[in-house]
Amino acid sequence: MSTGQEDFLAVRLYRQPVSRLWWLRRPTYLLFILRELSSVFVAWFVAYLLVLVYAIGDGESSYQRFLDRSANPVVIAVNAVAFGFVVLHAITFFQAAPTTTVVRLRGKRLPSAALAAPIFAAWAIVSAFLIWLVVLA
Amino acid sequence: MPDQITLQVARYRPEQESKPTFDEYEVPLRDEWAVLDALNYVKDKLDGTLSYRWSCRMGICGSCGMTVNGEPALSCATFLVDYAPGPVRIEPLRNFPVVRDLVIEMTDFMHKLSRVKPWIIESEEPAPIGEHGEYLQTPAELAEYHQYSMCINCMLCYSACPVYGVDSLFVGPAAIALAQRYNLDSRDGGAEDRLTVLSDHDGVWGCTFVGECTRACPKGVDPAGAIQRYKVTAATESVKAFLLPRGGST
Amino acid sequence: MKGPKPSVEPFVWLGFSAGGMVSALLVPVLLFLFGVAIPLGWLESPEYDHVLAVARHPLTRLVLLGLCVLSLIHFAHRFRFTLIDGLQLRRYDGVIALGTYGLAAVGSVLAGWVLLFMV
Repeated sequence: MSTGQEDFLAVRLYRQPVSRLWWLRRPTYLLFILRELSSVFVAWFVAYLLVLVYAIGDGESSYQRFLDRSANPVVIAVNAVAFGFVVLHAITFFQAAPTTTVVRLRGKRLPSAALAAPIFAAWAIVSAFLIWLVVLA
Repeated sequence: MPDQITLQVARYRPEQESKPTFDEYEVPLRDEWAVLDALNYVKDKLDGTLSYRWSCRMGICGSCGMTVNGEPALSCATFLVDYAPGPVRIEPLRNFPVVRDLVIEMTDFMHKLSRVKPWIIESEEPAPIGEHGEYLQTPAELAEYHQYSMCINCMLCYSACPVYGVDSLFVGPAAIALAQRYNLDSRDGGAEDRLTVLSDHDGVWGCTFVGECTRACPKGVDPAGAIQRYKVTAATESVKAFLLPRGGST
Repeated sequence: MKGPKPSVEPFVWLGFSAGGMVSALLVPVLLFLFGVAIPLGWLESPEYDHVLAVARHPLTRLVLLGLCVLSLIHFAHRFRFTLIDGLQLRRYDGVIALGTYGLAAVGSVLAGWVLLFMV
């Protein structure tokens, strides 16, 4: 075992501990973790969607059973929470996506917010189309 | 406005304690004083044993990073009146080992910095050369990397980054932003050299875009943006390497 | 050594990004329709013949399959990092990665089975 200067320094350094609840320490950390957890609700939707499509394929009575079950207050509550989270996901993702590129107009760099606008517009158009496709057509 | 404010300053004297403690000091609350001025007052008039780093006192050297009321900040750029009536809690920069009082061990950052090779690496096709042998660069070319050149190595971004907090192997915001500063510099030809370090698991892929680094940066470098841009670059390089494997080294 | 470090990670990130974009565009309105609005009666539930026709359409199957697979990759990648950073479980990254990406793989196969063969 050496007795050099580095050992002395290494023994005396104080390593500041990081709490397991570090993400509760700042509002921005908490928002970050909530944003990350929204992915769980995206996965929940995938499962819900597959159950719906399976029910459709299984016949009209299965489809009706699915609709009845989806009207269960507990299911609605879960889906309402999930909806909140997937909207959080969409908003934060559309704000994050433009940071990956730099777009210049006449030499000046466009701010990320300007690049997010067309994505939000696309979101509105796609949503409107799907509402039409599912319930109005 | 009261004329005094209390500082709660973290002390760590390895020769006499195994964990940090806090000492309180009453300092004058002057309009124009930064936290650094208050610390200098403490050291001059109240307690000469207090240890901390500082140099330029004007936000350009990057020496005086510390945690003020829980936030990473430059002590020379943080003003006492903004914390009145106080107390002001001053601790060493988070996520770094503490050597003494407010002084942190920054060797890890220095190693990471050198690993990304933050210097002009000669290109195979050099940038245009002027009549005196200087590199020529247009204002547009300068604009490509200028923002990332504003980094003063103050490490506030490392202190803010929760990923670096839980994984000290993560290359970190400033190192990646500085790598970008050179990658995007028209005079540089070293993008490939930096790619290996940055495309490592603890390179850009360790970043989960918390964005806290950009919020903490006192110079507007936007390291988070630099990292997101590099993720696209690194992914593109990986796709290219997959589709068109190199026959051998160049 | 030159060139990118050989790894599957960049490709997973590309999948994660695509999944994030696709799910962000499609999931909110679909979840709103089938999870909230129709069950609560705000909108009339679509006729069976209509949903069957839509669901059977090859474009629907393709889009929904893409949505499911990419969304599951997005979930797996994000949730993995949430666990290893959020709960500081980095030393279990191997197991966690296997679990999350494995779950995504199984879910993707299930999605393919339902969307291609069961409707």
